[in-house]
Amino acid sequence: MKISINGSVKEFKGKKITAEELIAQLNLNGKRFAIEKNGEIISKNYFNGIYFNDGDKIEIIGAVGGG
Amino acid sequence: MDRNLNKNDDLIIAGRSFQSRLLIGTGKYNNFEQTRAAIDASESNIVTVAIRRINLGQSSDEPSLLEFLPPSEFTYLPNTAGCFSSDDAIRTLRLARELLDGHNLVKLEVLGDPDTLFPNVVETINAAKILVKDGFDVMVYTSDDPIIAKQLEDIGCCAIMPLASLIGSGMGILNPWNLEIIIDKVNVPVIVDAGVGTASDATIAMELGCDGVLMNTAIALADHPILMASAMKKAIESGREAFLAGRMNKKLYSASPSSPVRGLIK
Repeated sequence: MKISINGSVKEFKGKKITAEELIAQLNLNGKRFAIEKNGEIISKNYFNGIYFNDGDKIEIIGAVGGG
Repeated sequence: MDRNLNKNDDLIIAGRSFQSRLLIGTGKYNNFEQTRAAIDASESNIVTVAIRRINLGQSSDEPSLLEFLPPSEFTYLPNTAGCFSSDDAIRTLRLARELLDGHNLVKLEVLGDPDTLFPNVVETINAAKILVKDGFDVMVYTSDDPIIAKQLEDIGCCAIMPLASLIGSGMGILNPWNLEIIIDKVNVPVIVDAGVGTASDATIAMELGCDGVLMNTAIALADHPILMASAMKKAIESGREAFLAGRMNKKLYSASPSSPVRGLIK
């Protein structure tokens, strides 16, 4: 299946992937970030029950230097 | 009656109290060490940050801005720099609130032109209305138009932040009269945001009666950013004290000697 993450399409095995698995695969464990799935923000409180399917669009954002 | 120099003169924004009236952007520095050193030298309490896509190619042990500037030590002001529509700005700040565990003090800026980075005040007003209703404390970047400034206050923005000149231009305070009108008409803090080039610009803003100054490029692109950060701290304090002290009246073409005119040796 294909999932768009931050504007680039990535290929994953299987028909779905949990949020935890995705974060681990992206080496983001321990990082501070926020996630949006198909335009909806996923609250940290509900993170564990979330999974992603083919065609989902995900944005993963963080804070960077800026004025 | 003389003002007491030791009197508490904190900057109050949306019920939050800050000792420093200098707000610092965290962009354009050479590295995070320099960012941190400059902010330490400035003694600022509020730092602006941008919200961007995480770099997924980044190795997991690479440091992040948040490690160099822990949110426990500073008040973060996530901004919407780079947004050209109210929808994009609202989306960005909702993500920022999630990122920062519900922190709701934000800087709204909606740009209208990629060359001048002039604000689109119509989109800014639209976004401010929705964000205020959504529980955000909105500090808003705007033009130096006093009517728009007042409208943004009426919507419920907690600080009005007019430009002094274009973002990153270093052109200084181009329209002190408009700033004075805004300061006169608006009751929430007025913070000059953008355009300051050097210490005297910051002092002039504070002497006019601004409640604070937000700057980034003037420090980050100085030859010696950490020294400039220190200069800006003093400039802000100096301007603030001069404002509180109340300057003498200007006298055109009429000198007044400082020494006694009696008792001259003849």
